[in-house]
Amino acid sequence: MKQFLEGSQAVAHCIKAVKPGVISAYPITPQTHIVEELAQMVANGELDSQFINVESEHSAASVVLGGSATGVRVFTATSSQGLLLMAEVIFNIAGMRLPVVLTCANRAISAPINIWNDQQDSISLRDAGWIQFYAESNQDVVDLHLMAYRIAEDNDVMLPVMVCMDGFALTHAVEVVDIPAAEQVKKFLPDYKAPYKLDIDNPITLGFLADPGCYMECRYAVQKTLRETLDLIPKVQAEFNAVFGRSAGGLVEEYMVKDAENVIVAMGSVCGTIKDVVDELRSKGKKVGLLKVITYRPFPEQAIYEALKNTGRVAVLDKSISLGAYGPLYTDLKGAFFARKKAPKAISGFVAGLGGRDITRETIKDIFKKLSGKQVNAEFMDLKPELLEEKA
Amino acid sequence: MSVETGVERHLFNPGHTACAGCGQSMAARLVIEAAGSNTIIANNTGCLEVFTTRYPETAWGVPWIHSLFENCAAVASGIEAALKYLGKKEGTNIIAQAGDGGTADIGLQALSGMLERGHDILYVCYDNEAYMNTGIQRSGLTPFGSNTTTSPSAESAFGNPRPKKPMPEIANAHGIPYVATSTSAFPQDIQRKVKKALSIKGPKYIQIHVPCPLGWRHSPSLTIPVAKLAVDTGLYPVIEYENGKLAAVRKIAPLPVEEYLKVQGRFKHILNNPEEIKKVQAIADNNIEKYGLKQ
Repeated sequence: MKQFLEGSQAVAHCIKAVKPGVISAYPITPQTHIVEELAQMVANGELDSQFINVESEHSAASVVLGGSATGVRVFTATSSQGLLLMAEVIFNIAGMRLPVVLTCANRAISAPINIWNDQQDSISLRDAGWIQFYAESNQDVVDLHLMAYRIAEDNDVMLPVMVCMDGFALTHAVEVVDIPAAEQVKKFLPDYKAPYKLDIDNPITLGFLADPGCYMECRYAVQKTLRETLDLIPKVQAEFNAVFGRSAGGLVEEYMVKDAENVIVAMGSVCGTIKDVVDELRSKGKKVGLLKVITYRPFPEQAIYEALKNTGRVAVLDKSISLGAYGPLYTDLKGAFFARKKAPKAISGFVAGLGGRDITRETIKDIFKKLSGKQVNAEFMDLKPELLEEKA
Repeated sequence: MSVETGVERHLFNPGHTACAGCGQSMAARLVIEAAGSNTIIANNTGCLEVFTTRYPETAWGVPWIHSLFENCAAVASGIEAALKYLGKKEGTNIIAQAGDGGTADIGLQALSGMLERGHDILYVCYDNEAYMNTGIQRSGLTPFGSNTTTSPSAESAFGNPRPKKPMPEIANAHGIPYVATSTSAFPQDIQRKVKKALSIKGPKYIQIHVPCPLGWRHSPSLTIPVAKLAVDTGLYPVIEYENGKLAAVRKIAPLPVEEYLKVQGRFKHILNNPEEIKKVQAIADNNIEKYGLKQ
């Protein structure tokens, strides 16, 4: 049903339809509205779920780990420092092959403290073994959560999924969103039946000690499964389409890329702005396009190669940075073209929008302009030189 | 009895890799045998996890999970919530268990959260008084004067400078229905308290004194006598709180603390120092007075 909802509310409505048995979270802006809404639904008796208020994000992640290990569908949400506080558990959940779904309301990392949006938090945990999806719009957010559970709980996957939505830009934006009915959701997402769980009738040991004789195989198994989900995700995308009548998720989305000479690669809500700029420049006869990366982990190397192999110049826009190196998406994308037959003439890396700095249409146009100049690898956009000068 | 192997099956099976004379392995077996097969265990990282679950073996005959060093209380909270959701909580015991470092130090916050939220979980702290698994480093439950690798006795130090963190009192301050201490010295006491705790709804905390021959530097054959001396000197009071009130204590005819100190290498350095021994005696005297331990 189409509803006029805040992004956070849309997540909560979607999660309600998904029916997790255990929900746990700790407050942090800009994630709070999601769990406040869910707490209210549980309090109202609209959602049959155990809602556990914990004393930290570390425990929130641990509670959903325990709930998932007991064979129950679970949900948690966090942002920024909260995600970093969970970090140890985040790695653990993936290593233990538990299909936890987490919403990350993307927010900048301290210091300095900043509550506004960039993607440094989730990007910093890209190596944890989780599948990571990045949403452009609130409809994307809803649809990606459904995809997330469907893929996480696939018995051939059994890995956690993080759905990343830009803080404020999406969490607090009110839009028309189609929230599918519970019956429809059930068609796409059957009840969760855990292939292994803590059960007194069938005792098993979870979280064992792995010595050098078997640790690497456990890590390899996660790597192998993640690489295999690159085939599964488009299939689930097609299933989603069949049930809900719209496309959602997938590895990447091409927007006027086929004949484009210059393409920007980006993730998240900024893709909406880029699409507007692409439309404007196209109307002036400029051959530009956008490649939206939806699935960042596993990294869709082949899909990106196929999309961009004939492109002239590529700009990668990161809303995060591996400090001392480059934007992480930029680095990954460069890797996708390493030792390949075809490749863009130039791949430049730009960092923009950190800590909630607006990425305007002008910023995007500027990036397209810069593509005809010198190749750069980590150029910060819209810096204020006056703030960088030391005052006497 | 298993027909194929001829080995009797336990909920905590032999064949694990604990050191000889390990007080923790004895206590852990007593705890789970008292709790029964309808129990799920969440275990913090520590000796117990390492010596019982080396892949592909496991010592556990009950559903058992280890996640991290500090989160068994929170993982157990999630297990409890999931069982409630499934309508399977009734008739299932949940035990969260950890060593002293995992309880009094790194896991204290998660434990406090679990106690405060009122989960129906028994938390067991196996107190061997140091981080034994990583090489005998000081923890918040290491006793005054103990020589550990991070509280060494040397020219300008007499071992650990601080007394044990009052964990039973900290747990009790949460207003939970049952808090107890016990010790490897008294197997029946452990089992009685575990059964009693599990008969009570809500969060429960039991701290069990478990000698570590390696870390305490006593002969593996002395595990039980050493544990008894800790009680008989007043250094490890065996007590029970019910609904916040001190309900029972194990009475003693107090022995001088030297009797306990002299059988362990970790206190060797203070045996010739009357001033330091006086300080240890003062801790014991304070316990005897505070809990009314004297017969």
